[in-house]
Amino acid sequence: MSAPLESLGQTEPRPTGPAPHFEVAVVGAGPAGLAAAASAAERGARVAVIDAAEQPGGQFWRHRSEAAGIRDDGSLHHGWKTYLDLRRRFDSGVDTSRITYLPRTSVWMAQRRPQGFTLRLSSSFGTTTGPSTVHASALVLATGGYDRQLPVPGWELPGVMAAGGIQAFIKQNGALPGSRFVVAGTGPFLLPVAANIVEAGGSVAAVCESADLSGWLPRAHRALAVPEKGLEGAEYAWTFVKHRIPYRTRTVVTEILGDSAVEAVRTARVRRDGTEVPGSARTIDGVDSVGLGWGFTPQLELPVALGARTRVDVDGSLVADVDAAQRSSVPGLYLAGELTGVGGAALAVVEGAVAGRAAALATTTGTDGSGAIATAREARTISRQRAFAEAMHLAHPLPPGWESRMRDETVVCRCEEVTAGAILGARDEMDAADSRTQKGVNRAGMGWCQGRVCGVAVACLSGSAPQAKSDDPMISLRQNANRPIAQPIPLGDLRDLVD
Amino acid sequence: MSDIPQAGSPHGSERTGAATSRVRGTFDGEPLEAEAGTSVASALIATGTRSWRTTREGRSRGLFCGIGVCFDCLVEIDGESGQRACMIPLGEGMDVRSASGPRTTHDAGTGTSTGRDADGTDAA
Repeated sequence: MSAPLESLGQTEPRPTGPAPHFEVAVVGAGPAGLAAAASAAERGARVAVIDAAEQPGGQFWRHRSEAAGIRDDGSLHHGWKTYLDLRRRFDSGVDTSRITYLPRTSVWMAQRRPQGFTLRLSSSFGTTTGPSTVHASALVLATGGYDRQLPVPGWELPGVMAAGGIQAFIKQNGALPGSRFVVAGTGPFLLPVAANIVEAGGSVAAVCESADLSGWLPRAHRALAVPEKGLEGAEYAWTFVKHRIPYRTRTVVTEILGDSAVEAVRTARVRRDGTEVPGSARTIDGVDSVGLGWGFTPQLELPVALGARTRVDVDGSLVADVDAAQRSSVPGLYLAGELTGVGGAALAVVEGAVAGRAAALATTTGTDGSGAIATAREARTISRQRAFAEAMHLAHPLPPGWESRMRDETVVCRCEEVTAGAILGARDEMDAADSRTQKGVNRAGMGWCQGRVCGVAVACLSGSAPQAKSDDPMISLRQNANRPIAQPIPLGDLRDLVD
Repeated sequence: MSDIPQAGSPHGSERTGAATSRVRGTFDGEPLEAEAGTSVASALIATGTRSWRTTREGRSRGLFCGIGVCFDCLVEIDGESGQRACMIPLGEGMDVRSASGPRTTHDAGTGTSTGRDADGTDAA
């Protein structure tokens, strides 16, 4: 079936008037993006804020629908006061036309121009009447991240979700995506997810943490330097006691069972080398939902497309380098939040404030932004939060031995339904030692999600993960992020492209 | 699945103190109703539907990442394929349809993806 090109994408071509120009464009309206936009606008810059969601807040402050007139009381949130303050400043920027807010919009391509940057935009859903192209003198990317995933037999069953997805669902809808949950993976983030589930009226059969938490001991002082994290932890501990949520360390989900949806979960305790403790296997029946999360993967497509210098962080994620003014290696490109290393919302807010201030200073005074580096106080906060994040990453690594729990038929790439057997076969028989070669051989990472979900697993399985000591440990992670078209788009968006 | 707290249940509105208005659409022609502001995915799950897409290999899929990254929860909305049910609020009169294969290939008006061959003739 072939449709004439005019009928592709939107029925009406989008307006192709002259593309608007802004002094600063901010991509993302989460903690980092809101802080960047507010601080840039308050320093006199004309700012565009582009965000895929329907309303500001990002993932961390995702909340009930404002359009439906529902006022979120913030009871499921942390740092809600900070959000309300940022939101007040953001709204004031919108009201005074300092900020042009483009919700429900994705950036599918970013280009460097002699005078700054050009962003190509697409509706993230429905129809948006905004421009399809914007130009900006300075660009602040604050695109955040998403749950990092490792495959396990049965993880493609309906009822299995990313841990963060469960939390997002609760925050957005005030409802639960299931009734009885197992939450598994590694890292402190599993705790708020479980807490949110019971607070919303669901039950948590177990929280399975693959690490043994002894990794915190040598770096406990870093946790003490951020007391708010300790308070938050105590809150969760109390919730776990009150709701009798079993918290099991050194425990992994070995298989998720069910016919057409989740019905039960198999777990086992593991030794430090990842092998199972004999006799420790358990089956948890009567479960309809599983939340999986192994830390986070920063959303790095746009910085990579623009040529920003990257490195592998201690958690094994590809992240981008920035200086004390949040400047990347690309002139005029500022980065804030998870892109510079996964470190949470409090850190993202400070980085966003610095990035927005520096970008505004550079574009309104024609300088390089170096006059707006972090103040002593900001620098202290950044370094404490970074130290905490590093301790967290070191205490909660991807668990050794996860590959051994997969079977040949275990789906690794969910979009293209590529199995572990196919990936290991390609590696062993066809020398597919990195993500791109795997893609060419068996389509792993070539589906709708563009390798965001299976990227880390395929990198590890093809033998080119940072842990693998290959010639270039970053090669697969860079290949995963290196996507000139950063979002799936309808053909109509290409048709409407103007220079 | 009936014990899942639903959007718009006392729990949901109690938390926010909001007066809830309802929106009505359809899913594969059947009525679909939810509190305004509820995502299409949440509206579907509230009816006990856990999956609404079939992969090329015929496996069921529903919500996974919940934040618009994984594209597992795709549905067709008002004739537009490839729409993420996790991101889109259910709208009044919205025509939501399940999707099959790597992308939806519904013939306009038939509401099924398998009723016709590619050349437009009725499948045997």
